[in-house]
Amino acid sequence: MPITVKMTVNGKAVSRDVEPRTLLVHYLREHLGLTGTHVGCDTSQCGACVVHVDGKSVKSCSMLAAQAEGAAVTTIEGLAAADGTLHPMQEAFREHHGLQCGFCTPGMVMSAVDLLQVNASPSEREVREWLEGNLCRCTGYHNIVKAVLDAADKMRATPQAAE
Amino acid sequence: MHAFEYQRPASLTEAVAALGANEEAKALAGGMTLLATMKQRLASPSDLIDLSGIAELKGIRREGDAVVIGAMTTHAEVHASSEVADAIPGLATLAGLIGDAQVRNCGTIGGSVANNDPAADYPAAVLALGATVHTDRRTISADDYFTGLFETALEEGELITKIAFPIPQSAGYAKFANPASRYAIVGVFVARTSDGVRVAVTGAGAGGVFRVPEMETALSGSFTPDAVAGIAVSPGGLNADIHASAEYRAHLVSVMAKRAVAAAG
Amino acid sequence: MSTDGIGARVRRKEDYRFLTGNGHYVDDINRPGQAYAAFVRSPLAHARIRSIDTGAASAAPGVLAVLTGDDAKADGIGGLICGWMITSKDGSPMKAGGHPVLAQDKVRYVGDHVAVVVAETLDQARDAAELVDVDYEELGVVASTATARAAGQPAVHDEISDNTCYEWELGDKAATDVAFSGAAHVTRLDIVNNRLIPNAMEPRAAIGDYDRGSDSFTLYTTSQNPHVHRLVLSAFVGIAPEHKLRVVAPDVGGGFGSKIFIYAEETVCLWASKRVRRPVKWTAERAESFLSDAHGRDHVTKAELAMDANGKFLGLRVHTIANLGAYLSTFASCVPTYLYAPLLSGQYKIPAIYAEVDGVYTNTAPVDAYRGAGRPEATYVVERIVETAAREMGIDPAELRRRNFIGPDEYPYQTPVIMTYDCGDYNASLTKAMELADYGGLAARKAEARARAKLRGVGFSCYIEACGIAPSAAVGSLGAGVGLWESGSIRFNPTGNVIVNTGSHSHGQGHETTFAQLISSHLGVPTDQVEVVHGDTDKTPFGMGTYGSRSLAVGGSALVKAAEKIVAKGRKIAAHLMEASEADIEFKDGKFTVAGTDKEKSIQEVAFAAYVPHNFPPDLEPGLEENAFYDPLNFTFPAGTQICEVEVDPDTGVVEIVNFVAVDDFGVVINPMIVEGQVHGGIVQGVGQALCEAAVYDEGTGQLLTGSYMDYRMPRADDVPSFKVDMTVTPNPSNPLGVKGCGEAGAIAAPAAVMNAVIDAIGADLQMPATAERVWQALQAGTKMAAE
Repeated sequence: MPITVKMTVNGKAVSRDVEPRTLLVHYLREHLGLTGTHVGCDTSQCGACVVHVDGKSVKSCSMLAAQAEGAAVTTIEGLAAADGTLHPMQEAFREHHGLQCGFCTPGMVMSAVDLLQVNASPSEREVREWLEGNLCRCTGYHNIVKAVLDAADKMRATPQAAE
Repeated sequence: MHAFEYQRPASLTEAVAALGANEEAKALAGGMTLLATMKQRLASPSDLIDLSGIAELKGIRREGDAVVIGAMTTHAEVHASSEVADAIPGLATLAGLIGDAQVRNCGTIGGSVANNDPAADYPAAVLALGATVHTDRRTISADDYFTGLFETALEEGELITKIAFPIPQSAGYAKFANPASRYAIVGVFVARTSDGVRVAVTGAGAGGVFRVPEMETALSGSFTPDAVAGIAVSPGGLNADIHASAEYRAHLVSVMAKRAVAAAG
Repeated sequence: MSTDGIGARVRRKEDYRFLTGNGHYVDDINRPGQAYAAFVRSPLAHARIRSIDTGAASAAPGVLAVLTGDDAKADGIGGLICGWMITSKDGSPMKAGGHPVLAQDKVRYVGDHVAVVVAETLDQARDAAELVDVDYEELGVVASTATARAAGQPAVHDEISDNTCYEWELGDKAATDVAFSGAAHVTRLDIVNNRLIPNAMEPRAAIGDYDRGSDSFTLYTTSQNPHVHRLVLSAFVGIAPEHKLRVVAPDVGGGFGSKIFIYAEETVCLWASKRVRRPVKWTAERAESFLSDAHGRDHVTKAELAMDANGKFLGLRVHTIANLGAYLSTFASCVPTYLYAPLLSGQYKIPAIYAEVDGVYTNTAPVDAYRGAGRPEATYVVERIVETAAREMGIDPAELRRRNFIGPDEYPYQTPVIMTYDCGDYNASLTKAMELADYGGLAARKAEARARAKLRGVGFSCYIEACGIAPSAAVGSLGAGVGLWESGSIRFNPTGNVIVNTGSHSHGQGHETTFAQLISSHLGVPTDQVEVVHGDTDKTPFGMGTYGSRSLAVGGSALVKAAEKIVAKGRKIAAHLMEASEADIEFKDGKFTVAGTDKEKSIQEVAFAAYVPHNFPPDLEPGLEENAFYDPLNFTFPAGTQICEVEVDPDTGVVEIVNFVAVDDFGVVINPMIVEGQVHGGIVQGVGQALCEAAVYDEGTGQLLTGSYMDYRMPRADDVPSFKVDMTVTPNPSNPLGVKGCGEAGAIAAPAAVMNAVIDAIGADLQMPATAERVWQALQAGTKMAAE
């Protein structure tokens, strides 16, 4: 029996009738057409599907859409400014070549943004430990870690950029 | 995932009623285990009763000599809680070692303790600290609660509401994580209380979490890492899989016990 | 002079779309009227199919079709092929068992594709797939590489005896025997090269889309080589004639070899789309990827190195059993043969080499190329045995290598195993790496670690690889069924910007940027005015795709040839525009000038004139568009040194990498930022093999025990440190760019560097992966031995 699931995604109120078994990631990808959030595994290990629900990073493959009823969801599509200016984290990934094939990137960026919400000045070790829930097969993590540390520096220098 | 019906009750009473109404119904806490199992089509509940709308299941409070944590409190909340950090820092440490950041943002203490995965972290803390499990109908002491692999004293449809952790003099947790899944291959929680020391081991036991009386006795005499260094548990009755043999797990119990004592200070 | 051309650290053109969620991967594509496929897979490693009952599934809600191997046979859908013929030492051709797209008669590994359900929704397809009732007669299982050929083992393919695909050899056996008979010291080593699962983060996916009006097909698929897909699906599988089949490989989320191959699922989606007259989409769940992507490595090897009293190498003898899995995947046969044994000379002068490789079938997933493909296995053998020899001889491992390096003045150097190395300076990269690793301070660091009850060790890996795959004549003579040239085209638009089409495929490598830099340098057009198009057989000229670190060396060289044609044509037009003789026109930095005058026309002006040829003479053809094919003259030979330093916790056996240095010689580098990124990623795949990853099958049942990320240990951010990466350069004389390729080096070299370091730390030999328990057990065994 379909249920109606409403939430706010990237600042926009949305409502869709879906089967209860619809995962949040499929609600985003299949019902809203927001295909920036990816599915890379089925055991909530890889982190390609990370989005923010009410400001916190979660794996959208391990959450029912119904569980996000009424929540504010931010996906990778909602991170850059309306005029297309990249978020400092996105910019740092570009500057430091923190992505190759791009598949893990949306989840990696969303996870890293959450890290800086929890810890604005992480050490390299803390960045690496936080990112244990995000697998990347291309970069060897080297440039991702560099990007996150640089974004942290830049966002501390201009806190409004964190918005 | 097979199809199911979804309900999100606003009160505990409604949730218990919904679970009682259908024996194929299951409670959904953080979903970190249940949804994964359903995705693999290994579980097919007819109804999911989502507990996230029940305010009375949330929150962390200091109540007298105990820290009381609502069943729907996430691992991230326990990890970040100043009440927990002040009273039982080892418990905050443990919560921060579960899964990864996103799992900790969703997974709940009630879900973890109800599921009683033999490699989960919380059972070690619940047992070592001698916590009390409160349910919708009764209280269960930690020593009576864990009854086997994925088995607990909970009845069909019984819901954990909160867990009360007595505040110890000191406590520490050390974990050797499965490098793939990040579950515990061996996790040892050590708690020192006025009644003595309790040592509980998760991850290693073929029957789930267990206590190590020899270590408890030794640590009650001298609460130092060296006191447990020479105490070995027998590999008999320990898990063996592609990640660790029983012999290696037995060895790690001693190493992690030492580290847990050191962490407890 | 362009500032964003060859050598510049240009930020990538592709990043904006990936960073904002605007990439277009196959699973992001949805076609009107699309239906969904779910595969019924074998739960057993080896069984005869008595019957398949599709009745309940066919009747389930939303189901459009349930198809089996019999249906495929009836429709004339052929089996999957292996494109490289290997000849056994007795002269007989390799024995290739049939590889139907849906199982016929037998299943041969857990995950083998048995039937497909096509339904209106994905959930309906999966629900119905559970209802397909397959009656299996269980058969005995052979899952172990080492014993696959042993007497009494069940036959994976009934018609192939001893589960043996081929018994192949390379090198001079007699000369090698002589070398060993005169040796002062022989080092012997048993080596297991652990089986890996590639795990590109994007799971494989496909949409088959049949158009009834034109009787043509489009396949959207996760491919590293869409033209090769089209060729095989057309010429061998018989889905459609080549001109009626378009293959699109859009953004692809990593490949590492696993997306070279033509798989059953994409083939079935194409075929099924014609059956149901709807587009049919399939996206692998990760569990399916583990079971059914082609795996990598899986060798069991005995190696022997003969030396004189001074440690001079005299001969190398290697016997390898290579697991090919249950079926021969697209390039499976050549990986453990021609991509492996010709690299056994390493960076060294070894006068005599003899290698034997037995390719065996087992009840496991097919094994094929995975990042490095044969070359990591060869490097692991050479660099592990050289370091072991150094330890046995009491010679510093760097010194032993230096005594045996091919010198910079010895090129071209003909090895005893096919390859002719054309350039290199191995001591230069070793020396630089030792400086970066502070090799001189090692003894003090070891002592400091011991004081903390930790064990430190250092390991070297001086690798060489054969890339730029490959001269067509050479590979043709060795059994390849295809040529390995590449093609590209350059089109100037009238407004002066450029479209580049290439047969190479980028799935993370950044070709859109690197190739634009190449055009910038050669034609003087800024990179932001260059659009690189790839991955669509309807848009690009023919191509052989991306693998074997070939894109720049072969695909880039094709673009250089096309650019030369553009300049030649532009010169004609410029001569006409400036009323000069063509012989007097010079081209530099995007400008055509008349020698000895100040007359000039920019290439953009020339392009405009080319499309507005109002006063062209009759013999001057309009337009400025050229294409070119390039067939390489030789393999390329990237080489270098990695040094790994580890610290072992003897209480737990946990290995921590505390320092990792890579110094590579990739020849000329177009974009150092991208090249360094390739090295980083390769290193971690190599570290993954050495410390973490292993695909484990239960030997009794053939069940995959590492079928998810809960059990297959991927290297994560907190498993590795940041790396020190540097370069040395010997320009490649064999291609116009002087490049060698960089995509595989990290993965090729790292396993030996890490394992040599771990073994140095603990003083005991060990097989990969050096998991904490294995290291601890090795230390326990050592302690016991010391006590006895």
